[in-house]
Amino acid sequence: MGKLLAGLIAVITVVSAAIFARHIWWMPPDISVHGSGIDHQLGETMISAGVLFVAAQLVLAFFIWRFADRGDARPIRTFPGGVTPMVVIAIVLVGAEVAALSLVGTKVWAGIYQAPPNPNALRIDVQAEQFAFYFRYAGADGKFGGTHPNLIDDGNGNFFGLDPANDTSARDDIVAASLVIPVNQPILLTMHAKDVGHAFYVPELRIQQDFVPGLDVPLQFTATRTGKYEIVCTQLCGLGHYNMRAYLEVKTPADFAQWLKDQAAQQ
Amino acid sequence: MPDTPRPPLTQPRETAAKVSELKHVPPQTFMRKYVFSVDHKVIGKQYLGLALVAVCTGMLLSWLMRLHLGYPEVAIPGLSTVSPNGAPGGVMTPEYYLSLMTMHGTIMVFFVLTTAPFAGFGNFALPLQVGAEDMAFPRINMMSFWVTLAAFLVLVAAFFIPDGPPLSGWTAYAPLSAVGKDAGPGQGMGQTLWAISIALFCVGQLLGALNFITTTLDLRTKGMSLGRLPYATWAWFITSVIGLIAFSVLLPACILLILDRVGGTSFFIPAGLVISDRLQPHSGGSPLLWQHLFWFFGHPEVYIAILPGFGIISQILPAFARKPLLGPRVFIACLAAIGFLSYTVWGHHMFLSGMNPFSATLFSVPTLIITIPATIVTLLWIGTIYGAKLRFTTAALFCLGFASVFVSGGISGFFLAQPSIDVQLHGTYFVVAHFHFVMGVAAMFGIFAGTYYWFPKMFGRLMNETLGKVHFILTFIGVYCIFMPMHWLGLHGDVRRYSAFTDEYMKGDIPLHKFITVAALFTGAVQLIFFVNLIYSRFKGPKATDNPWQSTTLEWATTSPPPFDNFGGHPPTVYRGPNEYGTPSPSGDYAPQFTPEPAGR
Amino acid sequence: MRAQTPVLLLGAVLLTTLAVRKAPAPAAAGTVSGTVTFTGTPPKMKPIDMSKEPTCASQHATPVMTENAVTGPGNSLQWVVIYVSAGEQSETPATEAVRYDQKGCQYAPHVAVMEVNQPLEIYNDDQTSHNIHPLATTNAEWNKSQPPGAPPIHTSYAKPEFIPVKCNVHPWMHGYFAVLSTAHHTVSGADGKFSLAGLPPGKYTITAWHEKFGTQTQDVTITGNETATVNFVFKATPY
Repeated sequence: MGKLLAGLIAVITVVSAAIFARHIWWMPPDISVHGSGIDHQLGETMISAGVLFVAAQLVLAFFIWRFADRGDARPIRTFPGGVTPMVVIAIVLVGAEVAALSLVGTKVWAGIYQAPPNPNALRIDVQAEQFAFYFRYAGADGKFGGTHPNLIDDGNGNFFGLDPANDTSARDDIVAASLVIPVNQPILLTMHAKDVGHAFYVPELRIQQDFVPGLDVPLQFTATRTGKYEIVCTQLCGLGHYNMRAYLEVKTPADFAQWLKDQAAQQ
Repeated sequence: MPDTPRPPLTQPRETAAKVSELKHVPPQTFMRKYVFSVDHKVIGKQYLGLALVAVCTGMLLSWLMRLHLGYPEVAIPGLSTVSPNGAPGGVMTPEYYLSLMTMHGTIMVFFVLTTAPFAGFGNFALPLQVGAEDMAFPRINMMSFWVTLAAFLVLVAAFFIPDGPPLSGWTAYAPLSAVGKDAGPGQGMGQTLWAISIALFCVGQLLGALNFITTTLDLRTKGMSLGRLPYATWAWFITSVIGLIAFSVLLPACILLILDRVGGTSFFIPAGLVISDRLQPHSGGSPLLWQHLFWFFGHPEVYIAILPGFGIISQILPAFARKPLLGPRVFIACLAAIGFLSYTVWGHHMFLSGMNPFSATLFSVPTLIITIPATIVTLLWIGTIYGAKLRFTTAALFCLGFASVFVSGGISGFFLAQPSIDVQLHGTYFVVAHFHFVMGVAAMFGIFAGTYYWFPKMFGRLMNETLGKVHFILTFIGVYCIFMPMHWLGLHGDVRRYSAFTDEYMKGDIPLHKFITVAALFTGAVQLIFFVNLIYSRFKGPKATDNPWQSTTLEWATTSPPPFDNFGGHPPTVYRGPNEYGTPSPSGDYAPQFTPEPAGR
Repeated sequence: MRAQTPVLLLGAVLLTTLAVRKAPAPAAAGTVSGTVTFTGTPPKMKPIDMSKEPTCASQHATPVMTENAVTGPGNSLQWVVIYVSAGEQSETPATEAVRYDQKGCQYAPHVAVMEVNQPLEIYNDDQTSHNIHPLATTNAEWNKSQPPGAPPIHTSYAKPEFIPVKCNVHPWMHGYFAVLSTAHHTVSGADGKFSLAGLPPGKYTITAWHEKFGTQTQDVTITGNETATVNFVFKATPY
């Protein structure tokens, strides 16, 4: 029985580690400026976690196989050094690894989430609602119109509750159902939720952030590759959570300017 | 001169007074013996019975969920009769899937993983292990079970009301859970019932924790110093302290949630929300407040779920290794460290929640530090196996399996503890893999180990070892097949709590989901072997002696099952610690706590 | 010969009775018809971006437009519900079902008119799940999911009400149920024209309801089989 268990543990360990190591299922290619920090952190952690995983499981398997009771008079033996090597391994090895990863990871994290707003960023207002994302650009006047919850009329395209009748700065606001941005341009999203909690996640962009009802949450990133990517909601928001998505379209600056013009004509 | 027993190291306080207080008359009627019993052994079995019903319900829900995820277009036979609104034509609606998921999580975390290892085994074994006749407050103990049962019934009632069960997950984030029916299907009365149920559960567990702590401190028998307590008792004791604080926070949080839902308050709901085209009449609340309150409870809660497992493994493994646990004092110190640190890490569930990003670093550091005592504990088990003479009983196999799956589950936590990596993995199947490995598998293995180990003491009969070994091996393979692939899905970006995978980049992973579904159904079917073994052995299993496993702790000093007052009016005296495996004595290759020889120690 | 006459007479009476039974003497029934138009500037209808639902977006070669003020040539106004709000004489209630479709992530028709207690059947013709949510206040409010392939929802409403309908999954989907207590109702077409037939002589109040521009009433008297012309002109505003 012990041999069977030991063999099973060994097989499971080797197969799993191989699948991780060969990146058979893995993150999509990174299209962001900050993403290399995350990928590096994940890679380092994967290596140290992988070593710990394989070592611990294989040692466990070996001991299970080796120290079965074979009915002989062999005396039991204490682990050499007793408890001290265990404490030392844990504190020194694991502790050192933990400290190193923490130090580097903190910088990566702060670089994304604690960076001051970039004055050159293109500002886009994002609203999450049950069950879609809508995006607002300031339009030609560069000003976002005020939003009024009592004027929201989804069926007629007034997702943000703008008041163009009385608010001139709202009249040229561009409201779109896709997040269209120019490549290599810093973006500053201001995220707010209309109804319940939602989240914004683009795996390629290495970015994720919850929307919090009652708060305006800023999020900054720069995309480095053109293309079309999916934005998905990762915060359970009700029955349509699985179907809550929008498309991120990263365009060349010329294509983006054209898109903006086309959108403005439709508002 | 006859040998006189050595005087005990410390004299437990007021033992004589407590003993006489507890010397109640044995119950005579059926109701008093098996239903409204104050006997901790009966109450422990009642908790375990409740957990058994709960785990069957929770597993059934998980099969339905996995069927839908793997094969969404297939009509599930019979489902449209059970719920015509939830599954018209047998195909699950999205809200039905989410409410099954919510009830699965709630039932499993509360009514299985907190109830069985802590309330179930703890109630049965702790008074025996300290040499007491019963818990310190037997009537409060009885009340704690019935309150917990009431909580379960209130929760399950949500299945039968027109609005159906809630769909906000076991985490019930506000404002989805707080605004009421406008938030959509599943957020009517069902969510209120959920909050009432959890509040009742908190009361039940608080009462239980009081009993555990008082009994451990005050009712130890002669010679049972704190240093000689069995490791399972230490784990239950520390878990009770954690629980006392954690449940004290969840209880008012649930009350505030109920007030928001029915009392017009706005603890968790800000102004200006438009839901179902209606402006919500609330203002001033904070959704983040719910998250802080919930996770301040929620993180210690997962340690409440696993710490008894640590104790049970540390009790059982040495018995079947025939070798002492390596580093018992370090082990207990690690349990205490984990318990203390568990209160400093709750924000690691909230890195991306919108709280100040600087807090992420503050919470990440203690989360990573907890890795250290958890690693030590795992190494102590591995070090115990070194040089041992392993007897591969089913209980032992589940201990060894526990070590393996705890390593797997703990290592994925290592990733999630770092905010920079959490950016990519939060809300994905990587998280689902992590918590299922540590809770759904490791903690479950602790429950299985405890069942196979203490079954003879509870029922006077041994469970069938062949069935047990088959159960173990197939379950071990099954759980790895279910949960290891979820890491890969998470790395790919597949989002959790989705009732279907309609996003382009997720569609290609559906074959892996089908594999997981098949593995889940297979593993579920294997549990039938366990149930058959339980029922058959209860009535027809071979009779057990007092100490079939040659264990050292006090519960094995008495008969299997024990008499009503545990030790027949003769509480044992303790002569040594619980770790004397491999110490030859007249009893064999070990020296139990309750036999006088060999002298010394 | 003499004996045949009563038989012939009887036969003639019988035949006449039968003839009378088959084609009842035509009672007078008039028609109210007209056109609904607007003055002023209506709001611009905006294209609906369905990109979040690719299976629906692919069904529309050009994007569909919002529908809260659908206008046509000659300032005509579509989707105006015109119905008899007073003077109605008793009529047999309609029994055939009104059909409401969810197709291409749009509600068809945009405004579904039905009588109190008339059966309503709601179909999901799309590849995606819809959750239909009629926001009733006088009637019972409910919402129900229909996964693709789910059977149609059979329901009805007990009280007259104009009920906005939304989809909980697709925010742009928007329609109305007009539940009326009259059998005489219609909806203006793309040309703004409408016609209410089968009205016995009497005094009637005709009401026209538009989801954005409000409600108007006019009185009309029917004396015989004539067609009375009633036109409605709504004041449109751009916002």
